[in-house]
Amino acid sequence: MAYVIIGTCVNDAACVPVCPVDCIYPRPGDADFATADMLFIDPDECVNCNACAEACPVGAVLPEQNLPPHLSRYKDINAEFARGVKA
Amino acid sequence: MSLGELAPVCVAIVGSGPAGLYAAAELLKREARVHVEMYDRLPTPGGLVRSGVSPDHADRRKMTAVYERLILGSGRFRFHGNVEVGTHVSQEELRRHHSAVIYACGASADRRLGIPGEDLPGSHAATEFVGWYNAHPDFADRHFDLSCERAVIIGNGNVALDVARMLLLGHEYLRSTDVADHALSALAESAVRELVVLGRRGPTQASFTVPELLELKQLGDVQVVIDSGDDLHQEDVDPQAGGGMRALRQRILAELGQAHDGDGRPKRLTLKFLTSPVAILGQERVEGIRVVRNRLSVDVAGAVRAEATSNCEDIACGLVLRSVGYFGRPIPGMPFDAASGVMPNRAGRVVADGHCLNGSYVVGWLKRGPSGVIGTNKVCAQETVTALLEDLVFGRLAPPASDLNAFDALLSKRSPQRMDYRAWNVVDRHERAAGLRQGRPRVRLSRVTEMFHITR
Repeated sequence: MAYVIIGTCVNDAACVPVCPVDCIYPRPGDADFATADMLFIDPDECVNCNACAEACPVGAVLPEQNLPPHLSRYKDINAEFARGVKA
Repeated sequence: MSLGELAPVCVAIVGSGPAGLYAAAELLKREARVHVEMYDRLPTPGGLVRSGVSPDHADRRKMTAVYERLILGSGRFRFHGNVEVGTHVSQEELRRHHSAVIYACGASADRRLGIPGEDLPGSHAATEFVGWYNAHPDFADRHFDLSCERAVIIGNGNVALDVARMLLLGHEYLRSTDVADHALSALAESAVRELVVLGRRGPTQASFTVPELLELKQLGDVQVVIDSGDDLHQEDVDPQAGGGMRALRQRILAELGQAHDGDGRPKRLTLKFLTSPVAILGQERVEGIRVVRNRLSVDVAGAVRAEATSNCEDIACGLVLRSVGYFGRPIPGMPFDAASGVMPNRAGRVVADGHCLNGSYVVGWLKRGPSGVIGTNKVCAQETVTALLEDLVFGRLAPPASDLNAFDALLSKRSPQRMDYRAWNVVDRHERAAGLRQGRPRVRLSRVTEMFHITR
């Protein structure tokens, strides 16, 4: 289980500095931050602490188990792009 | 350190959209001496978060409340709505009463196509349509004729898709949103069943984002058609086309096109790529649009360009919305680059004749042009604030010649009706209470007189 960022994300990145394991990408300063459609959480690193969800100004971070069906695809998108961005 | 060095530093921010709010939050967090006076020509704060973000994306509007709370919590902030810098007060007067001025005025003009027929009734800038359905006071009295079956939207950005969704979502859904009441009733009567969205380049170059594309899949009664032209080898032309986010966008577009064959869906959305408008047709009003097919080529700088072929086509339609970008407006008395629509600057310091104008800064779309999402303005604001605080530390900011009390008196004379933050709270609560009664996030006021009426 992990937290998942959904399409409401506005790239505010308030979640990035509060993450205790630095698992949210891309970060402000990364080359692809300016052009990213949204930010992503790496599900393998996420420790389910809820800090990002509390910091998000638009409620764009949800625990995986609370994703409504029409947003379920964001689970895979987070996994794919958190890894893609890191690589 | 002398007491003088600890004197409060009064910074004016012109504009209360995301760029202005991020700049205020950053300034107040980083420098305890700073007081922020924020001015907006509208009574309500929020800029495009209030009047640009689509009603079906109301969650994104929450951003302003979060930053407003942060800013107010400092105790060193005042909001002055319904004050237009350049009309009620001059730049000179603003400078005389503040240590520094940050321009966060956005890019509220629209780009034009420069084609015949652009000014026919029935042809509008998408920005006007967006302002209208979002209760922006400047557009509350606009009329959009929605009696036609087919409308054409020109442009391949997220605003084009916002406008498309608003025309397709239907009354049942829209009446649960904070769409302006005048737009809710007009859209309920809309006869528009078919939308054609034109993009001059291919699907690979479109600037739709992944979330906006995924939302198209949720439009239950809309058949989505992807017309990518005859360009089958985009990867050969555009070497960057293959990877990452762009690949995902292509995947979703392909899924959208293959999802169904119409199966009786009453509405249709066609994303027509590699097509440019040539002329808007009609005698008294819009009757159609002439378009030309393009092919892609790469210029010497490596940019992917659309090149017109000789293949033209007329599309019958009664409404044309051009969504080819916002553009900056010049601020009276300040430098402006008419080619790019921005206030010339170096990392946020306003530049005139090759020199930085001491005490003048710019942030957001007026600084870097109309691109990026809400959060892009945060990094942008951090850069501008860093420049300002550096100038403060190095003594480059002259103390104001006159104090704020004198400026308050001047404002009372020039703009007798001003909205402070307390009054805005009254409007905000009023709108949300009205929304609660109707099962909507809020029922928005679109008239300045109404807003002031309820704050009495």
